[in-house]
Amino acid sequence: MAYTFDFSSLWDYAPVLVHGVATTVGLTVAGTVLGVGIGIAGAAARSSGNRPLRIAVGAYVELIRNTPFLVQLFFIFFGLPSLGIRMPEWAAAILAMVINLGAYSTEIIRAGIDATPKGQVEAGASLGMTGPQIFRYIILGPAMGKIWPALSSQIVIVMLGSSVCSQIATEELSFAANFIQSRNFRPFEAYFLATALYLALAVGVRWLLARMGHRMFMKGAARA
Amino acid sequence: MRFATILGAVGFATAVLTGGLSTAAHADALERITKEKVLRVAVPQDFPPFGSVGTDMKPVGYDIDTATLLAKEMGAKVELVPVTSANRVPYLTTGKVDLIISSLGKNAEREKVIDFSAAYAPFYNGVFGPDSVKAETVADLDGKTVGVTRGSVEDIELSKVISDKVNVRRYEDNNGTISAFLSGQVELVATGNVVAAAILERKPPRLPNLKFLVKNSPCFIGLGKDEGPLLEKVNAILAKAKTDGSLAAIAEKWLHAPLPKDL
Repeated sequence: MAYTFDFSSLWDYAPVLVHGVATTVGLTVAGTVLGVGIGIAGAAARSSGNRPLRIAVGAYVELIRNTPFLVQLFFIFFGLPSLGIRMPEWAAAILAMVINLGAYSTEIIRAGIDATPKGQVEAGASLGMTGPQIFRYIILGPAMGKIWPALSSQIVIVMLGSSVCSQIATEELSFAANFIQSRNFRPFEAYFLATALYLALAVGVRWLLARMGHRMFMKGAARA
Repeated sequence: MRFATILGAVGFATAVLTGGLSTAAHADALERITKEKVLRVAVPQDFPPFGSVGTDMKPVGYDIDTATLLAKEMGAKVELVPVTSANRVPYLTTGKVDLIISSLGKNAEREKVIDFSAAYAPFYNGVFGPDSVKAETVADLDGKTVGVTRGSVEDIELSKVISDKVNVRRYEDNNGTISAFLSGQVELVATGNVVAAAILERKPPRLPNLKFLVKNSPCFIGLGKDEGPLLEKVNAILAKAKTDGSLAAIAEKWLHAPLPKDL
């Protein structure tokens, strides 16, 4: 079973691949920033005293964490137009990723918040800090520090999961690989390269997040 | 009468020259059909709307109706032989059937082993869309979004001719392409007339009506080599069916589209 690799046939498609990598990175950055934002808000809501809010956020988290990403994506892209809500495929892809990461990061960040000793919150209150101040300076920082590795993993999972967005013709990296192999009939080379690029992206994202985590939380965590 | 005699003589001479005895031996298919009153036809059973198995387990479809029409005109009973796309030509060359009516396209390799009648069914890839979207030529696609199944014949053919002002959305499979069209995510869809017919069948809010052809490869009836009289008979029946509207009725029934004028 000798297979002769022919990567030269991929060279013509370099612009497609570059565009694909750029789209994957763009989707990941937008999805991560907005998704983690929702996660923080969701975790704050889930730890708050407002019971209807807690239940609403809990329902959102359960709904998203217990349905497949592909179905969520199809629901947004193919389903919502029936209600008159129509968006381009990149917007649908980002929205699906944000909603998805938002649910997972809500749970992850909530775990970090739960792990904050109650005494620290009371200490903050006794210093005259307001509720938002306590959340911002006492709870959130150490909580994010504790769960940062778990959150980083989830971000990488979401980035790799963005490959599914090729199904609604979002021209990201998997789309590029699928497109190339449908034109040059060299699937092994196309997917080999796509795999290598995903691996490089994932390693890069992990490294970047580890650096960010170190800068943002390590000093704080040491003090906490 | 004289024309038929000449044609017969030419046919005989060709048979002698090219095939010798064995070819000449089965060059009398029409004679056998008229004598036994049975027309054996290879039909598809897995390719709607051309041929599929109905709820009563009998094959139904465009090809089956065409076969029945031919048999009726020949005064024979039709005997349907279900075949796959891979074995339909061998069924004919080994004499198990008289005709292949199985959405068969014409190509050089097939022409070496079998003969073809006139076209009897339209089979093409085209750009489809609702009446509200104007697109009569490839140039009209500029600035529009067109959905297509990635790597399909229509994708390859369309990609060759469109400008980069066309917003082509390429989906993984036909389902994705159809969903994108039906949900209005793309204005137009490039696909086969068979797929468009399947969508029209369900009468969705957005109807894929033909805008223009991308690639035309109509279906032909396959016959054994050197079956001159049978070929003549089949072509005569097809010509009659095209003028008297009976073929158009079959097209309307199964493809939900009129028969193209140039077929």
